Amino acid sequence: MAHPISNPPLAVVKTLLFVLALIPCARTLLTVIQGQAIDPVAFMTHATGDWTLIFLMLTLAITPLRRLGAPGWIVRLRRMLGLFAFFYGCLHFAIYLVLDQFFNPAAIAHDVVKRPFITAGFTALLLMTPLAITSTDGWIRRLKRHWARLHRLVYAVALLGVVHYWWLVKRDLRQPILFAAILAVLLGLRLIWAVHRRWQAKKPCPSRHGLVN
Amino acid sequence: MLIRHPEDIAPSEITPLRTYLNRRQFMLAGAAGLLMASDAFAALSFKKGISALAANDKPNSLNDITHYNNYYEFGSDKADPAQYAGVLKTRPWNVVVDGAVEKPRAFDIDTLLRMPLEERIYRHRCVEGWSMVIPWVGFPLAALLKQMKPTSKARYVAFETLSRPSEMPGMAEGLLAWPYREGLRIDEAMHPLTLLAVGLYGNVLPNQNGAPIRLVVPWKYGFKSIKSIVRIHLTDTPPQTSWNLAAPNEYGFYSNVNPGVDHPRWSQATERRIGEFLRRPTLMFNGYGGQVASLYQGMDLRKNF
Repeated sequence: MAHPISNPPLAVVKTLLFVLALIPCARTLLTVIQGQAIDPVAFMTHATGDWTLIFLMLTLAITPLRRLGAPGWIVRLRRMLGLFAFFYGCLHFAIYLVLDQFFNPAAIAHDVVKRPFITAGFTALLLMTPLAITSTDGWIRRLKRHWARLHRLVYAVALLGVVHYWWLVKRDLRQPILFAAILAVLLGLRLIWAVHRRWQAKKPCPSRHGLVN
Repeated sequence: MLIRHPEDIAPSEITPLRTYLNRRQFMLAGAAGLLMASDAFAALSFKKGISALAANDKPNSLNDITHYNNYYEFGSDKADPAQYAGVLKTRPWNVVVDGAVEKPRAFDIDTLLRMPLEERIYRHRCVEGWSMVIPWVGFPLAALLKQMKPTSKARYVAFETLSRPSEMPGMAEGLLAWPYREGLRIDEAMHPLTLLAVGLYGNVLPNQNGAPIRLVVPWKYGFKSIKSIVRIHLTDTPPQTSWNLAAPNEYGFYSNVNPGVDHPRWSQATERRIGEFLRRPTLMFNGYGGQVASLYQGMDLRKNF
């Protein structure tokens, strides 16, 4: 069934979001090409990592925003936000694989097994992959109610992403703490609402007993 | 009777009291400014010293060396020191050398600048896994310490960085225990490779690189090479060091460059030389093993990391 598209026109919003979401990538490349990054590999790794987390947080912000009164059409942007999180995550990994380790399988295997922060980051990327693949309309139909359950993995992905950042920082934890705080709010709201829903379901309906206040 | 009053003096003509009281300094500053403008003032005279570079070691550009710095007193981002260190006043500046010495003394920085200077082009390996090649100008720490006549109690040397929050915005972040502290064993301090640097690329040190005087210990991770030193204290007990206080399991007292002993969270086997595309293997003692390995004979470097 086709949803009635309320204004603003969704196609325009989506196009705009698509272009906006590519700006961080373009800016990072431009900085490197202009020779302004003294350690370009570290610069690109950090930039793509930051934007992976930002897009994950934006993806997770849609449901709470919706419940707090944002217009319904913002739900239609969630898939693109999630796919951009995956896009920046893939770039992040590709830079590590190609530029940092230069396809050195032994060094990478060693890192993934021995460095907890890389284990966490790598796991997050692996878990994101099935979510990206099953993000199409076809897969949503095919998986039916399992789709929503599968896509709850995004909570684990975001947690692992923040842990990955937290563990790699040398001393200045302010940015990982900021991401952790945002994630705590986004997941905390869901928890509160879930508990509330369960409580509501158990509670006998007050109106039936004439206890309308 | 007509009394001629002098014309009112425009406020802009009046010398501020502070400037008036400091008029000599003001004129000196003007003269210094003129000299600074030409390279003659900032340039140091020095002879070429030992460098021990390998064939594949090329000095990094001045821009790289001055715009990619870890100097947390000015912020934790590597671009912060270049941005914020400009306000640091490096005159007047005293370096106190005291403790287990016969002749404790406070040196004016300009006295230290008159020590015989030499250029030392050293590899610099950061604990984070990147490296540079840097042409320092300075003098061996030993040359200074010998003047002080260390006593038999001088087993360690403790160093302290300036602590001046009004000019060091990063200190408010509280990331490390200030003042920044470092330390060496006396034999490490007396080693001919251990340098007190006052210059870079032939000119006086830029603030973000630790002006006006800093330590350079090329076989140790970069954080051991403490910047903007105000105190050198000889002692018989191992000194506290800032990074060791911050994370004792990650940063030991020695912190010798060692590809065989990883940081608990990342590998130290390789490094990226700034300006190069691929990582290169990290060398034991940063390639200075021939000169310094004997200092650590019989020690378990895994325990004494």
